[in-house]
Amino acid sequence: MQTMPKWADILLIPLINLMLAFLISGLVILAIGEDPIAALSLMVDGALGSSYGWGFTLYYATNFIFTGLAVAVAFHAALFNIGGEGQAALGGLGVALICLFFPWPHWTIALLAASLGAAAFGALWATIPAYLQAKRGSHIVITTIMFNFIAASLLNYVLVEILRPPGRMDPSSAGFPEATHLPTISDMLNAVGIPFAARTPANVTLIIALIACVAVYFLIWRTKLGYQIRAFGKSEPAAKYAGISSVKITMIAMAISGGLAGMMAINNVMGEAERLVLNSVEGAGFIGIAVALMGRSHPFGVLLASLLFGFLYQGGAELALWTSIPRDLIVVIQALVILFTGALDGMVRRPVEQMFLMMRKRGG
Amino acid sequence: MDFLTLLQILDSSLRLATPLLFACLAGLFSERAGIFDIGLEGKMLAAAFLSAAIAAVYGSVWLGLFAGLMASLSLSALHGVASITFRGNQLISGVAINFLASGMTVLVAQSWFSQGGRTPPLQGSGRFQEITLPFADALSDVPIIGQFYAEVISGHSALVYIALLAVPLSWYVLFRTRFGLRLRAVGENPAAVDTAGVSVIALRFAAVGICGVLCGMGGVYLSTGLDAGFGREMTAGRGFIALAALIFAKWRPWHALYATLLFGFLQAIALRPDVIEALLGFKVQVQLLKALPYILTVVILAGFVGKAIPPRAGGEPYVKER
Repeated sequence: MQTMPKWADILLIPLINLMLAFLISGLVILAIGEDPIAALSLMVDGALGSSYGWGFTLYYATNFIFTGLAVAVAFHAALFNIGGEGQAALGGLGVALICLFFPWPHWTIALLAASLGAAAFGALWATIPAYLQAKRGSHIVITTIMFNFIAASLLNYVLVEILRPPGRMDPSSAGFPEATHLPTISDMLNAVGIPFAARTPANVTLIIALIACVAVYFLIWRTKLGYQIRAFGKSEPAAKYAGISSVKITMIAMAISGGLAGMMAINNVMGEAERLVLNSVEGAGFIGIAVALMGRSHPFGVLLASLLFGFLYQGGAELALWTSIPRDLIVVIQALVILFTGALDGMVRRPVEQMFLMMRKRGG
Repeated sequence: MDFLTLLQILDSSLRLATPLLFACLAGLFSERAGIFDIGLEGKMLAAAFLSAAIAAVYGSVWLGLFAGLMASLSLSALHGVASITFRGNQLISGVAINFLASGMTVLVAQSWFSQGGRTPPLQGSGRFQEITLPFADALSDVPIIGQFYAEVISGHSALVYIALLAVPLSWYVLFRTRFGLRLRAVGENPAAVDTAGVSVIALRFAAVGICGVLCGMGGVYLSTGLDAGFGREMTAGRGFIALAALIFAKWRPWHALYATLLFGFLQAIALRPDVIEALLGFKVQVQLLKALPYILTVVILAGFVGKAIPPRAGGEPYVKER
């Protein structure tokens, strides 16, 4: 029985959840002796008040679209992929190898190749836990977390021992060649006469992220594979009975998920840093969990949630710059969003349902 | 490798196994009652921070212990409310708790101490002191057994011995008391427990509470026994390694001890590149050594567990029949 209208389910409840998360975040800011209202206005001003702020907000949002879609695809198969962080780090390695060791004539071809490399490396890093889950029953949450730690060590090794140019102190690769540099949003907008602040990191990858949203929508709701993934996610025994191989779906869903997380690297490694640095992912893999939960695992929801977290991330950076509130505030907000939209959803849902039932009784 | 080196490694194995053992037993109580707990990591981290912070300010490790247990218990309560009362997804609640602890500890540490998310280093009564067991000095000259007793068994802080005592105690509570029988039953078939007139909700909250206390002790030991102060993300995945150990132990207390000792041994070995080099005959990359505990966790989880059957009602919120 439908107890409440659809708009309440997809709009009202997430909004209430979000409000609660922000309310508590405000109390946290108050508790460490800062003014939450001033903090909020600083965040809005710094992240959305200028095209400079938007350049960063959109850049972060691009990262979160990829990692959010990654978690969302796995969610549809009832798999919890917390390994986005490691998969994105490996994607960065894929991008670096492609950009450094092949002579690319033009950025468009380099972008295509780097996307494939990033996706392949990310997918590879996700299919190992998937295989262990499908064949050996190893809990995927634990193995993907372990793979995050292993990826960090692997990247450290590769950067320090192999990719670091001789004579450099910090562990990072050489800069990518000029021909692989991606045009930024400001380059593209300025070319058609729209003013947009230069030296902002948002780049052409944003368009690829939007294409990925559409592609994931079609994959999940318009293809046979998507149907199989959802069927497997809803009920494993039923899917098995219908002839869907659980090993195959687990592997494919995780490969797609890891591939999407890996593709984040074309934004941060190829588009922004233009070389591979240590800890390039900066927690974006984990934010994907909050983004997917808030977006109800739907690409459009993921897009909106990514914009919100892009704003929070850039706003948080501004806060760290101008106040004594450290950037870790964003981790707290992220935790509260996961808590309220994911785990405490029932707390809001039940009273709202009650309310709609009462209204219906009175009306009918 | 000589005998003394071996003793040193065993000694540090026991130290490193202690937080894992606490967390593993914590997970044991929770999962036996049907509540999955991915948030062991976060609870340990919160306890590690608050205990070190309070111990640094007041100079008393016992106040720190109390504060650490409170921090862990409040996160436990949150997990209980989310997953028992509001029947939320237990994995998601656990993940949220991990992030909450990860962010809050650094935020508050920065706000209180302004030392880059650390607490001031602990000294003297701010730390758990090492206890020399009776006759340890006298026996240290006796070959093998005496040395083992003096080097490995003796000379740890109180929490290490509490962890070791918690193993038989957990076994007794779970397998020899009425409470333990009901707790295990609620993880297998909550409807049956409910039919017998025992509150499923109360039992699960009790289990989550015990989990909070044990996790808290693990966290307190990390920052006041093993280390001298709190550092950002100092749990370093121990909560997840403990979960892997729990599966390896197949949800049994004594096996939890063996599993966590094994993981502690692996961590201790990874800290001694000189020993590994001597044993293998070639140099091992430092990054590989750092990753070793995590790789071995995956290997053990994938290769050596065999058939591990979790409690049947694990992860399922209980809806009372009307």
